[in-house]
Amino acid sequence: MAYALQQLINGVTLGMIYGLIAVGYTMVYGIIGMINFAHGDVFMIGAFLSLISLTLLSVLGLSSVPLALALTLVFAAGIAALYGWTIERVAYRPLRGSFRLAPLISAIGMSIVLQNFAQVSQGARVKPIAPLIPGGIQLMNVEGFAVQLSWMQIVIVVTTLAVLGVFTYLVSATPLGRSMRACEQDQKMAGLLGIDTDKTISLTFVIGAALAAVAGLMFLLYYGVIDFFIGFVAGVKAFTAAVLGGIGSLPGAVLGGLAIGLIETFWSAYFSVQYKDVAAFSILVIVLIFLPTGLLGRTDVEKV
Amino acid sequence: MSGPLLKLSGVTAFYGAIQALKGVDLEVAPGEIVTLIGANGAGKSTLMMTICGSPHARHGQILYDGRDITALPTHEIMHMGLAQSPEGRRIFGRMTVHENLLMGAQVVAMRNYAATRDLVFTLFPRLKERLAQRGGTLSGGEQQMLAIGRALMSQPRLLLLDEPSLGLAPLVVRQIFGAIRQLNRETGLTVLLVEQNAFQALRLAHRGYVLVNGAVTMAGSGAELLARPEIRAAYLEGGH
Repeated sequence: MAYALQQLINGVTLGMIYGLIAVGYTMVYGIIGMINFAHGDVFMIGAFLSLISLTLLSVLGLSSVPLALALTLVFAAGIAALYGWTIERVAYRPLRGSFRLAPLISAIGMSIVLQNFAQVSQGARVKPIAPLIPGGIQLMNVEGFAVQLSWMQIVIVVTTLAVLGVFTYLVSATPLGRSMRACEQDQKMAGLLGIDTDKTISLTFVIGAALAAVAGLMFLLYYGVIDFFIGFVAGVKAFTAAVLGGIGSLPGAVLGGLAIGLIETFWSAYFSVQYKDVAAFSILVIVLIFLPTGLLGRTDVEKV
Repeated sequence: MSGPLLKLSGVTAFYGAIQALKGVDLEVAPGEIVTLIGANGAGKSTLMMTICGSPHARHGQILYDGRDITALPTHEIMHMGLAQSPEGRRIFGRMTVHENLLMGAQVVAMRNYAATRDLVFTLFPRLKERLAQRGGTLSGGEQQMLAIGRALMSQPRLLLLDEPSLGLAPLVVRQIFGAIRQLNRETGLTVLLVEQNAFQALRLAHRGYVLVNGAVTMAGSGAELLARPEIRAAYLEGGH
């Protein structure tokens, strides 16, 4: 029981990170109908930007951890947003109106470019970071097994929820969010209402990349090590989360992320760690067979 | 009256390799209701979309309020005081009626939002009752009202209305045509109306154009066109 509770805590923390990344996949899919395979690598870039920022701040002698984290969050999200904008501009926009596979191939190319860029500029070895927020609360102690809720986990979950809250408000209640949803449903009509659809698509990439960078920071804090390849596995899992939740659905992406995080954690705890990825991806296959639209996917009935 | 509000000269447009418009000349003066009638596939809807730059005209010139808008991107054109209620209504089905109306007002940054919304509610009281409902769950007639209402939310000088009567019950058609007439009389709104319901459209409009295979073949006042035997034969017989 205590062991399961611990896994639940770990799984939710991991699921939050996946959820943040999955939102970027689902947003881009919603608006231009393509899977942005470079998104996982933007997450990786975000993790490296966070590492650079935290290292710089500590060299500069900043001792306040909350302040360092806040500055890093803004820095990593800002620069990653620039990456997102550039990627769309360089690799996807010129191919709009081309055949459907073209941007997909271009996205895979972009993913390789980003990985190699990080490998060359940052080196291929794993980069560690000292734990920033040590300690935690002991929730219970059953026969020598202590259930720990670390401060780090609390920070990750709270930050993720706050970021998702801001993001949800942005999408559901602001003119920009409405424009994004309008472009998602009918780009031509959005244009007829005076919306600059190219700009709206750019902003979608910018927001998605910023969220991925936040996930990158959380990942760095949680695991303490990163390398140039983390974007691939995390990206594929977040993509699985997006599909599981119903691609195109924002709450679905978060729900899917939580589900994948929990499945992975519980599988590792009760079966074998080696097969945790197999478990996560098996879920994808099963969902695609029995629930092709995902958990919260749309089954639209549009009237004519 | 000064010059025309909208003036097309020699406009051609293509969908891929197919030429949909073959040199269209057309004028709409401020305060006028002008209708464009023609058979299915004559290019009426293409003409409406070409005015809005989607697709762009390949040859010829489109002047709006004296300014050349031929090559401008759609979203810039729509910032100049035109609004379109397009073919097929194109309601945002997963947004509420309220959000659909907000989308219409976004182009003018919500200026006079409350007053314009009240005007739309006066014309179409049904929309007020359905405010929190999703666009996709409305009936066809309600969707049409919403499409027109959404276009009006941008407080346009020129309203482009594409087939507002398509598939609607006669009572609803009468209500929508009444609303167009009322807007034109009371606010001086200029309207370019595409209709397959030629009889009603010609009675409502000051002037009309007949489009055949992407070219204008006849033009004249509504009453004139209604009296022409070839119009009666082609578009009205068997109709109303």
